[in-house]
Amino acid sequence: MSEEPETPATEMPEESAEDIGPIHPLQKLLDNPWLLLALGFVVPFLSYTVWGWVELLLTKKAELP
Amino acid sequence: MGNMQKDKMRVCSTTGLPVCLNAELFIKLNAVFGVVALLVGSVAAILLALTRWETVALLNPLGYYQVITLHGLNMLIFWILFMEMAILYFCSTTLLNSRNFSNALSWGQFGLMAIGMVAVEYSVLAGRASVTMTSYVPLEAKQEFYLGLILFAVGALLGVVNFFGGLYIAKRDKTYKGAIPLVVFGALAAAIIAVFTIVHGALVLIPTWLWSIGVLENPPDAAWYRLIWWGLGHCSQQINVCAMVAVWYFLATLTTGAKPLNQTVCRFAFLMYILFINLASAHHLLVDPGVGSAWKMWNTSYALYLAVLASMIHGFTVPASVEAAQRKKGIGGLFGWLTKAPWKDPGFAAFFLSLIIFGFGGGITGVTLGTHQINIIAHNTLRIPGHFHVTVAGGTSLAFMGLAYYVVPLIFRKEYPLRPLARLQPYIFGFGIVLMAIGMTLAGSLGVPRRHPDIDFTGARIAVDMGEAAPFLAMLGIGGTIAALGALIFVVLTVWAVFLGKTNKGRAMTSWQTPEQDRVTKSLMSSGWNPNEKGLKPKGTVVLTFIFLASFAVYYFSNWKALVDVWPVK
Ligand code: HEM
Ligand SMILES: [Cu+2]
Repeated sequence: MSEEPETPATEMPEESAEDIGPIHPLQKLLDNPWLLLALGFVVPFLSYTVWGWVELLLTKKAELP
Repeated sequence: MGNMQKDKMRVCSTTGLPVCLNAELFIKLNAVFGVVALLVGSVAAILLALTRWETVALLNPLGYYQVITLHGLNMLIFWILFMEMAILYFCSTTLLNSRNFSNALSWGQFGLMAIGMVAVEYSVLAGRASVTMTSYVPLEAKQEFYLGLILFAVGALLGVVNFFGGLYIAKRDKTYKGAIPLVVFGALAAAIIAVFTIVHGALVLIPTWLWSIGVLENPPDAAWYRLIWWGLGHCSQQINVCAMVAVWYFLATLTTGAKPLNQTVCRFAFLMYILFINLASAHHLLVDPGVGSAWKMWNTSYALYLAVLASMIHGFTVPASVEAAQRKKGIGGLFGWLTKAPWKDPGFAAFFLSLIIFGFGGGITGVTLGTHQINIIAHNTLRIPGHFHVTVAGGTSLAFMGLAYYVVPLIFRKEYPLRPLARLQPYIFGFGIVLMAIGMTLAGSLGVPRRHPDIDFTGARIAVDMGEAAPFLAMLGIGGTIAALGALIFVVLTVWAVFLGKTNKGRAMTSWQTPEQDRVTKSLMSSGWNPNEKGLKPKGTVVLTFIFLASFAVYYFSNWKALVDVWPVK
């Protein structure tokens, strides 16, 4: 990050948390690809897919009058 | 630093960046297949444009549906995804100073995607799958069509896994300092969205394929198919947006020495994409029965606007970073940074035109068309292709072309021939696409449908007059032909460069810029400057932003007016 002091080459940001003070939770999220992957899947899956699917399941079959 | 073996890497003679030779091979293979798809798609594009221009009416209806299937798949799926694979290889190796994760995975990626593409091309060209790229059931294609798409998607998934593997080993081997670079973060966002996309592709295409080979008796439910298919169809566009924005940042740096003004804000914008942009798939179902209004509104308005906000952030920070870089070089005035920009560098021209066309054209029309109420007057009209050609063609494709003007000299180490023509190419393509999109949008506003070869129903008992739409369809035809020629020029120059071009091995690439521009940009890049210094305020970009917001307001509210005219509330 441009605003933050760079960590030495040998250390990863998380491990050096104590050295440069507390890391903002948002920053932690941005630095964690696996958590991002999980959220990036679950959020739209619930909001779009599951909700939409449930609505389709609840739609009654159209009957001819 | 770095985990590349000495004999499996080289150092780029132009940028000094490390290049993993394995990754380089796959970048080349994927890029070549991408360009082949662009060639097929562009030839199809001319045929389509000359069919929709009803005065020419080139193809008969059957031919039209065959060619529109060919065009949609080659452009939107094959060209774009092969290029994106190349970008993933580049980002997870060179930009992280790391080696390719797994050659076996990479061969799987490329092999499956190539086989899938060949199967689909055969199916469509042989007339066995004229179902358009959406292949809505109960329309039925022959089995190799679905199977080809499934293989292609699995290949893409392997590419994404290889990318994540690359992130993992780079972190484990500590090949880079601090957080991953912004461009890689953009690629990460694209890769995450790709996982969601590909899962939906599998969910929808596997049962459809089983039906096509007779294992399942009935096709999937049509409404369900549309719901899941758009999880694939729409989200793949969001992969494009992320990849395109990453390419913007990359080309901005390469061509002007720009640095993002505030990395955290840019990353936050990508985070909004990751979380919310996929919901927008719902805009394709705005007139579908089955799914309710709450679902439609939530997914296309409330939550989606967070992703729109992200686009506006990128739309601001990218030009602002260019402006700051230009000001740092001592260029003054409100718009001096633009007038003195390297417009003759096709990398820069393609990037900046892409930004303008995507932002002004795609952004404004997209938010408007995605509004539940307004969609009702635009759904399935030519306004929709009018919108997405300024996003995927004028935006993403143009940005990828700009990228190629650097990838070919830096990765293939071949120089482009006919350089004056190459410099002109982004303008030809950009101009043609914009003209075509305006024609489509205006014709669509008059109610001309999309996916329709013959709106005046030639030879029908009751003649239908296309009335005032004729000049707009002519605009579509002429603009489309110019755009397709622009794309073909790109293909010819690129293939020429790759296979017959002069090599630049062992020296820097021939710069696209004037010696003076080149010198200033290079010295800026190596100077460790701070884009937030005093006196570099991006005033010009702020003015552009207000012009953008004003255009948006005018367009948006005139659409509400149009809606009121059709559907007065008394
Ligand atoms: C090279 C210049 C291009 C021209 C002249 C062109 C022209 C056209 C035309 C005339 C249509 C048919 C619209 C209709 O009748 O409904 C069309 C459809 C389409 N185009 Fe393009 N296009 C171009 C480039 C692209 C690119 C680069 C992409 C994507 C990356 C793209 C994606 C699509 C898609 C997805 C469709 C919709 C197919 C369908 O409805 O099934 N086009 N294009
Ligand atoms: Cu969409």
